Amino acid sequence: MRPFSYARAGSPADAVGQFRAGAAYLAGGTNLVDLMRLGVTAPDHVIDVTRAVSREIAKRESGGLTIGAGVRNSDLASHPLVRERYPMLARALLSGASGQVRNAATVGGNLLQRTRCPYFQDVALPCNKRSPGSGCAAMAPGADTAHLAVLGHSPFCAATHPSDMAVALTALNARVCVASPAGGGSGTANTGGIRVIEMPGLHRLPGGMPEQDTTLRPGELITEVKLPPPPGGRQAYRKVRERASFAFALVSVGALLDVGPDGRVRDCRIALGGVAHVPWRAHAAERVVLGAVPSAEVFAAAARAELRYARPLPGNEYKVTLARNLITAVLGELMP
Amino acid sequence: MAVMGNAHVTLVTVTVNGKPRTVMADNRLSLLDLLRERLGLTGTKKGCDHGQCGACTVLADGRRVNACLALAVACDGASVQTVEGLAGPDGLHPLQQAFLRHDAFQCGYCTPGQLCSAVGMLTEPGPSAVTADLTADPPLTPGEIRERMSGNLCRCGAYVNIVAAISSEAAPASEVAGPQATISGGDTAPYPPARHTEAGAWAPGSGAAVS
Repeated sequence: MRPFSYARAGSPADAVGQFRAGAAYLAGGTNLVDLMRLGVTAPDHVIDVTRAVSREIAKRESGGLTIGAGVRNSDLASHPLVRERYPMLARALLSGASGQVRNAATVGGNLLQRTRCPYFQDVALPCNKRSPGSGCAAMAPGADTAHLAVLGHSPFCAATHPSDMAVALTALNARVCVASPAGGGSGTANTGGIRVIEMPGLHRLPGGMPEQDTTLRPGELITEVKLPPPPGGRQAYRKVRERASFAFALVSVGALLDVGPDGRVRDCRIALGGVAHVPWRAHAAERVVLGAVPSAEVFAAAARAELRYARPLPGNEYKVTLARNLITAVLGELMP
Repeated sequence: MAVMGNAHVTLVTVTVNGKPRTVMADNRLSLLDLLRERLGLTGTKKGCDHGQCGACTVLADGRRVNACLALAVACDGASVQTVEGLAGPDGLHPLQQAFLRHDAFQCGYCTPGQLCSAVGMLTEPGPSAVTADLTADPPLTPGEIRERMSGNLCRCGAYVNIVAAISSEAAPASEVAGPQATISGGDTAPYPPARHTEAGAWAPGSGAAVS
């Protein structure tokens, strides 16, 4: 591991003020420390932000929740209001990692965790995300693509975003609040030096710049996540993985279905994990379901509509079928 | 605090098993290496060093964490309990006794992590990924224990007895005997109540609990 200096920040302003090129923010450390040990990332200055951002979960006047970026994954999952009103989020959190990791991992760090693409983590192999311009080992003949993207990838990168929580936050229309070193900027929206980004706008597709996971500018720090008031209808999060626990998603689905008194769907949200560089909001599928009388046929048509443009790599074709079947099944479970 | 003249080294104080310990730490030092290499507390084991196996599990400020993924410098001011700190003046921790009683290990390498993880797990509120009703605090059936302990691997495959040992301490026999909530994906049958035998009746070298 490369030597680094270490400092604690006491507030978001303190943290962003300390930031300089080559520095990294440290929260729970469950991903960053591992990547530093692997040599994937090598900051020369580490700014510990665990005391800089809130660890509180507060009820907002609107009925929503404000979640401090320093809230541990386990505390968010066990919070009574999350369990009762945002079950999709509680389920997503509980399906991620292990008890030990959830006790350390924070909300902000979970959103900013890096891909688990095997080629990103192996410093002996080319990777455009780790070392821009070096190539993508996943595109080589015979590469192991089983865990890689089928939607939205580019010839330069087919990495997937590994977070379960981010999938639920995407379906729940969460907003991410960010403190900027310059005290704002020309972002999505500006409210007093804090930039607000609506999910899934925090993450970006790889295109020709896979080294850039997010839309954050250098030194920007996630301070909190805001959840809108709990939506009507029923919610679910279902994750398919290679073993029963402590594994990343092959495909996951966070979904919400609200059927009105006229028997037609008045709200439908679907987000997919494990299939793209971002938590993937399935707008095409949602459009098929919204306003329709729900049925297995409608759900299957919605799933087909979303996966129509999937471009699997040799070796991960199964994900297209899996995602289609999973969307259909989860929506079926949400039928009133 | 940072040390003058060398920005890569920090004076770190961590309370370990109740005793404050201060070391001059390279910022790269993990909490695991601090415990093992600097403080001589080798009960906490290094397995994968990537947070995947749980052998290094300790309790930091009462919560179970992977010591390999924590920087020692980031733990300055924290209170850490390791497997060496589980036993009290009256003998082994009840979970340690349960592991002996149920023969919940073979080689023993994962055992310190299993023990610290189980101690932490039994204090953690709320549902798990296999809990059917998110709003209820479910009884700790074997299915619940397996899910909650999934961050601890045992290469010998002693899981059956590990679950039995933890079950015996998770709830009194009278509660376990009652009807259980339906757990999706897990078995619902409660474990038979453990036979409480005399603590400490373990013959070194026999590798098995003797009752």
